Amino acid sequence: MIRSLVRALDDRLGAAPFLRSALRKAFPDHWSFMLGELAAYCFIFILLSGTYLTFFFHPSDARVVYHGTAVPSLDGRTMTDAYASVLKLSFETQVGLLIRQAHHWCALVFAAAAITHMGRIFFTGAFRKPRDLNWPIGLTLLLLVMADGFTGYSLPDDQLSGAGLKIAQSIALSIPVIGSWVAWLFFGGNIPSTETTNRLFAIHILFVPLALAALLTLHVAILWRQKHTQFPGEGRRENNVKGSPLWPTYTVKSLALMMGTFGVLLLLGGFVQINPIWLYGPYVPWTVSSPAQPDWYVGWLDGALRVGPPLAIHLGPYTISALFWPGVALPAALFAILYAWPWIERALQRDHAEHELLQFPWQNPMRTAFGVAVLTFTAMLLLAGSDDIQARMLRISVQQLAWFYRIAVWVLPLLAAAIAVRICRELQARHAYEGDHPARVVLKRGEEGGYEEERTLIPR
Amino acid sequence: MIALLAAVLALAASQTSKGMPPLQKAPPTQRVAVGAELYAEHCISCHGANLIGTPSGPPLIRVGAANVDFQLATGRMPLEVPGTEPMRGPPSFSRDQIDAIVAYVTTHGGAGGPPTPTVQPSRDLTRGRVVWEDNCQQCHGATGYGAVTGFGWIAPPITPATPQQIAEAVRVGPGIMPKFNEHALPQRDLDALVAYADTFRRPDDSGGYSMVSAGPVGEGLVGWLVGVGGAVIVMLLVGETLKR
Repeated sequence: MIRSLVRALDDRLGAAPFLRSALRKAFPDHWSFMLGELAAYCFIFILLSGTYLTFFFHPSDARVVYHGTAVPSLDGRTMTDAYASVLKLSFETQVGLLIRQAHHWCALVFAAAAITHMGRIFFTGAFRKPRDLNWPIGLTLLLLVMADGFTGYSLPDDQLSGAGLKIAQSIALSIPVIGSWVAWLFFGGNIPSTETTNRLFAIHILFVPLALAALLTLHVAILWRQKHTQFPGEGRRENNVKGSPLWPTYTVKSLALMMGTFGVLLLLGGFVQINPIWLYGPYVPWTVSSPAQPDWYVGWLDGALRVGPPLAIHLGPYTISALFWPGVALPAALFAILYAWPWIERALQRDHAEHELLQFPWQNPMRTAFGVAVLTFTAMLLLAGSDDIQARMLRISVQQLAWFYRIAVWVLPLLAAAIAVRICRELQARHAYEGDHPARVVLKRGEEGGYEEERTLIPR
Repeated sequence: MIALLAAVLALAASQTSKGMPPLQKAPPTQRVAVGAELYAEHCISCHGANLIGTPSGPPLIRVGAANVDFQLATGRMPLEVPGTEPMRGPPSFSRDQIDAIVAYVTTHGGAGGPPTPTVQPSRDLTRGRVVWEDNCQQCHGATGYGAVTGFGWIAPPITPATPQQIAEAVRVGPGIMPKFNEHALPQRDLDALVAYADTFRRPDDSGGYSMVSAGPVGEGLVGWLVGVGGAVIVMLLVGETLKR
């Protein structure tokens, strides 16, 4: 069947040479090479589920009175059409709640998959020349995923996301000189305004997904052209790629991952409640519940706001708000360093060669230490974002906990980096000692009290 | 040790009350006398003789019946360690004994605070929800689960409280909670609020297993563990690991 299809296409397009090489393209078999595919399948799932939701969601801030038996405590309440339409979509639409929940779960997994994929790329040095071209595209994709997640989370106009939106608007306003224009551009006015949901909707379903689709295509096209990297090892060299051909072996593997991903997301959507907006209530600007957190991929920014210094700077009639430092300057600086990392590393290590083979994390302690420090830093900020929940669980003062994070955010990354360097050096020493062969080492204590090593190579 | 002592004392106190006629039917003077005895045993060390207070506890002059009833019926008093946050627990006294202590306190200078409120059944959940959102959720959370208020103290979960206790807390404002009198919160609003708070016992778990107590934090954890974790299991099944 494939053969006749290929022949039919070849007759009309002369595509056989391309298809022949495409279907026989080698994909490395190591499991971690599928993390990027997980992110891509999340994108497909989120497009499909999101399309269904657009049939029922009303991107409107018009005030309506809700009448429904599904949520008795909201019967007769005035709310935005957006919130009311999400209630209707959740309680009165075929599989509406399942799809809405699976869509939201997918957003959480999408961001996590993108970061895990980038971790694999980073710690194995896959971003080195010539793939330094694809690294900034990947980082931009991550930012787009976060932006789409946040705008989507804000669409139902519930109490929790409304409060988050107000914080986001305040952060936008804190940008010197252009802040008010930026806030106006993204939110269509001072929240709550009649334009906000409509504008977020356009960003959420049109601009960001289009940019995601375009950049993802470019991302994969560059990967296709440059071919995969691979771990060093048996038969894997700088000038070849060892793996399964795209058709049929890798296609089946990849489809298995796709089915597995879709299955997990639908199971989560069906069995685990996410963002129960009927419990949070419709957004009103003068109140907010506690505890209040955003989705996890924004949580590190919330944490930065919680532990950030109260550093407002007054320059004559102008004020740079204290929100600017943790809300804008910090993430901008972090991402600037991440964008520039391939070139920073090249300059620091004077390594201008092209690399087709990957490194193990222990082979490059400086890079590993930097990556561990960045992950620890953001993880600490993320934890600081739920300090109130932790304070309650531990029965300690939330103020003291905030001070712990103010220090830990800077100290623990350094400590983690130092430990990472130490572990890398130990592993380097072990590999230098063992060479290519794993060995069993027995430590014997002699009668004099000294120690002796007895080494036996384990045959392959 | 102190807890043990308190338990023994409470047990002893309940033993003595069994031997006596029910206090509700007892003449008021006898109830006050029993209350005075209990006060001297369990309260006086912190709140002082004649309710004037000590360095370990505030005076009870004009606290009112509702306050005393709330603190005792929710097990917040007597406090095991003076100066710590009073927490809900099993009450140390029987209903009769609490009434006796209330009678003693209100007849010895404790009268004058907010009176004991009464709660009428209400069906106005929509109004109750608005009252809750405007006045209560900032500390007790959108779902009544409670949250931290700072310096190690918490706004407790609402679900264990009876309608009467919720109404008392609203009028009295125990601890750092603000008090809401009839002008701030009319009786009809209070009734509606108590009716809405009752729905927290059966939160609408449409959509599956509910993590409302942890909100997006719990959701993020599940997204990583189940979502990414589940996908990685598939990857490990179809992919390969490095052979040394």
